[in-house]
Amino acid sequence: MNFGATFWGPMISFALFVWFTMKYVWPPIQQALADRQQQIADGLAAGERGQQELEKAREEVAALLKEAREQASQIISQANKRQAELVDEARAEARAEGERILSAAREEVEREVQQAREALRREVADIAMAASGRILKREVDAKAHQDLIDELAAQI
Amino acid sequence: MNPGGSLAMNVDAGSNATDYIRHHLTNLRLDLTTGQIDSEAMHFWTLHVDTLVMVFGLGAFFCYIFWLGARQATAGVPGGLQNFVETMVEFIDKTVKETFSAESRVIAPLALTIFCWVFLMNLMDLIPIDMVPSILSAVGVPYWKVLPSVDLNLTFGLSLSVFALIIIYSTMGKGPGGFIKELLFHPFGPWLLPFNLVLNIVEMVAKPISLSLRLFGNLYAAELIFILISLLPWWIQWSLGTPWAIFHILVVPLQAFIFMMLTVVYLAMAYEHH
Repeated sequence: MNFGATFWGPMISFALFVWFTMKYVWPPIQQALADRQQQIADGLAAGERGQQELEKAREEVAALLKEAREQASQIISQANKRQAELVDEARAEARAEGERILSAAREEVEREVQQAREALRREVADIAMAASGRILKREVDAKAHQDLIDELAAQI
Repeated sequence: MNPGGSLAMNVDAGSNATDYIRHHLTNLRLDLTTGQIDSEAMHFWTLHVDTLVMVFGLGAFFCYIFWLGARQATAGVPGGLQNFVETMVEFIDKTVKETFSAESRVIAPLALTIFCWVFLMNLMDLIPIDMVPSILSAVGVPYWKVLPSVDLNLTFGLSLSVFALIIIYSTMGKGPGGFIKELLFHPFGPWLLPFNLVLNIVEMVAKPISLSLRLFGNLYAAELIFILISLLPWWIQWSLGTPWAIFHILVVPLQAFIFMMLTVVYLAMAYEHH
């Protein structure tokens, strides 16, 4: 066949191209692939972490909600109790006030009655004096018989 | 009509066909002893200029494309070219790792180079066979073989490089002593030492020879069939040329892959202990 010195050409260029590939093609591509792998792994890990955090947050939210609900119901029951207390208090106060007003009115009435009685008594005494003066046809000396009149008034 | 005339035409056509085939199988030779372009020169000190140009050009093309793809390789979303280069690199890396278990910085890039380079050279088989020679003969280049895989100089150039690598890797993997010991004692023990040596040397020499002749033979046959098809009348060429070309879409990468794979297998066998 026509075998000759040409074969050195491919041998030399072979070495050259292999060297080129080793130096300028292989490392950057492998680096990029490794980097991407790392990025994907990181992304997946971050996703996993996010998932876990979400789960934790969800649990926290549930706990918080439960606590809030308990607190709310506690507050409501407290408020209810307080309301009942207030109503009771108000009722008692109102009753007391009513009683006070009533007793004051009663006293007032008593006093008025007393006064009226006193006035009546005096009037009766006066009438009695006038009547007795007329009967006796003379002036009864009020001053002289003051004590008598008073006694009379007290008896009425 | 005229039987004699018809016969004369056939003889004429026959010699034309022979010339046509010979023309397509002749390299553009540079005779190193005279410094002249002489495609009839038949001795060792000739250079096949077309083979050298095609081989170097295609290798440089491969390097350029892959360098473009690798130059700005980022870990982010890869562009089209980077994607292609990455796919090739990953494919070769996976294939090599399955075969060559030891750590090596050289083997995988070497395999990538062989695969792409041989692929591109084989791909030249699918260029219409008359196109490049007729264009170049119009500018005064008498011969041009586009398909470098059909030059034994190329296939042997590659396989001799692989042979050198086999020896280097044997020495690296087993140590010089281990390598020599394996050559002398390996299959049948120390009592059949000469026999072992002959067997091992034959085995070692057979590797590059089979590697280069396989590639050469496959592509030579393909090219020859294409040349024969192109001798048919133009209106019937497509009916044979198309299936043959489609078949070659398979053969072209397959031969490149076989060459690469066998190289890796040979180097793995050389490097690893038995």
